[in-house]
Amino acid sequence: MSNIQELEDLTTQVRRDILRMVHRVNSGHPGGSLGCAEFFVSLYNEVMETHKDFSMDGIGEDLFFLSNGHISPVYYSVLARAGFFPVDELNTFRLIDSRLQGHPTTHEGLPGVRIASGSLGQGMSVAIGAAEAKKLNSDNHLVYSLHGDGELQEGQNWEAIMYASARKIDNLIATIDLNGQQIDGSTDDVLPLGSVKGKFEAFGWTVIEIEEGNNIKAILDGMAKAKTLTGKGKPVCVLLKTVMGNGVDFMMHTHAWHGKAPNDEQLEIGLAQNTETLGDY
Amino acid sequence: MKTYTNTGNKDTRSGFGAGLTELGKTNENVVALCADLTGSLKMDEFKANHPERFFQVGIAEANMIGIAAGMTIGGKIPFTGTFANFSTGRVYDQIRQSVAYSDKNVKICASHAGVTLGEDGATHQILEDIGLMKMLPGMTVINTCDYNQTKAATLAIAKHHGPVYLRFGRPKVPNFTPENGDFNIGKAVKLIDGNDVTLVATGHLVWEALEAAKALHESGISAEVINIHTIKPLDDKAILESVNKTGCIVTAEEHNFLGGLGESVARVLAQHNPTPQEFVATQDTFGESGTPAQLMEKYGLNSEAILKAAKTVLKRK
Repeated sequence: MSNIQELEDLTTQVRRDILRMVHRVNSGHPGGSLGCAEFFVSLYNEVMETHKDFSMDGIGEDLFFLSNGHISPVYYSVLARAGFFPVDELNTFRLIDSRLQGHPTTHEGLPGVRIASGSLGQGMSVAIGAAEAKKLNSDNHLVYSLHGDGELQEGQNWEAIMYASARKIDNLIATIDLNGQQIDGSTDDVLPLGSVKGKFEAFGWTVIEIEEGNNIKAILDGMAKAKTLTGKGKPVCVLLKTVMGNGVDFMMHTHAWHGKAPNDEQLEIGLAQNTETLGDY
Repeated sequence: MKTYTNTGNKDTRSGFGAGLTELGKTNENVVALCADLTGSLKMDEFKANHPERFFQVGIAEANMIGIAAGMTIGGKIPFTGTFANFSTGRVYDQIRQSVAYSDKNVKICASHAGVTLGEDGATHQILEDIGLMKMLPGMTVINTCDYNQTKAATLAIAKHHGPVYLRFGRPKVPNFTPENGDFNIGKAVKLIDGNDVTLVATGHLVWEALEAAKALHESGISAEVINIHTIKPLDDKAILESVNKTGCIVTAEEHNFLGGLGESVARVLAQHNPTPQEFVATQDTFGESGTPAQLMEKYGLNSEAILKAAKTVLKRK
């Protein structure tokens, strides 16, 4: 059981990792990664039960699927710092011959990753399949997934969302990162999503909202509640309201840093706002 | 010349159904998914025997492929079933990312491939699926020729670890391969020994090639007939051994000549032994409504077309 301060310290370190990773290769997606840092830290250090010896089948442990694969920096940082692979390997992000591809993949054998993602809208279906397999295996552990809000514009999600309630996939907690931003602008400008809550509820899901998606206590409370709602015949959706670019003031509340790396000066500013806690890789 | 007996016309999709039924009894990890075409894919018996392992996903093929990929995580061996068009073109990116690139053990089983789907017309008659699937790294591509072979292939792919595209069809066609025969993925089957011309065929065109060989034999030409059920990995050795002897080759498939078996064979020949080749295949066109026999004739996919191509290629030696 970690205390909140420990998780916050880890989050600060993860933010530094994200900034340094994308800066080094002058590419990658810092905005969404920073926005989900608290969520990933909470998930891998408190919410989920995972085995440290990674196995693809994941029998007897909780599983996580990242559908919006472009936020790989936060995924990699949190996986490394949870012990799935050496933290030093973060140095290889997006470089030739690395297991840390621009978007996550199983192809290079990186522990912790069970599906490739990057082409959007596919993760919900995969998570449902893994949840179905858990039911067939009488494995009562849960399946977690994360999806971008803009990603909901992909039609496959709605096939999956319809299926999950119809087939009572109640061992799945799908979280939507509601940061209201996508590449071309705000989701309201690009293609308004309407009421995401209303849509999921209309499709037969149980929906809970985490208003402060960058507050670890709020995330832990929300995910604990989500867990209590599993096993009741309905899939569970968590609407996580986050701030894109959280923790780096000039990156916050804008789509501008969706897929853009900071320059040297911007990196220094960002790092100054997030003082080293556990030690840089 | 060796001859083959048709033990009665049967559809290849029923061979798939029979194989799936057997797998249901012998391998508890096998699960089946279908996108609202259970009857057409002959999956009814599996569904009746194992309702807990049958997943009706509705008319949502993209979701079906994703769910199948997810089910492999936990050790299941998913067999997805829908028409070839909806098994490939419609869900190419889902197969590419969630199955092929993710190295998932999914068996994509596709019926109603090619023009012999018949009256439904070109919207449903995919002639590009072999090309789409063979281009995916790590994907095994199989196109079976009759009921018995389709059943054998269905059993074999369950034992093979890795993504597979299994292509079969709707019409009742001659059933001539051995009942309960072996199926070796990637291994060509030489049906007739010959010296003058090699006929390499896949799927429904294999029987047509046998018929063409018979006609050639009557005019004094010795044709070697090879059944290429696995287009990827291709049995390069069998093809090269045959053309070393015959010096010319006809490839035959119910598929576009761009991207199909013929091009795979041409690649092998160009690299190792440039050889005159003729292509029996559709000529970069869509199909249309009609009976399977009418369509095979109109699009040049029957024994007469193979015979003609053989005579042409013999002159090019």
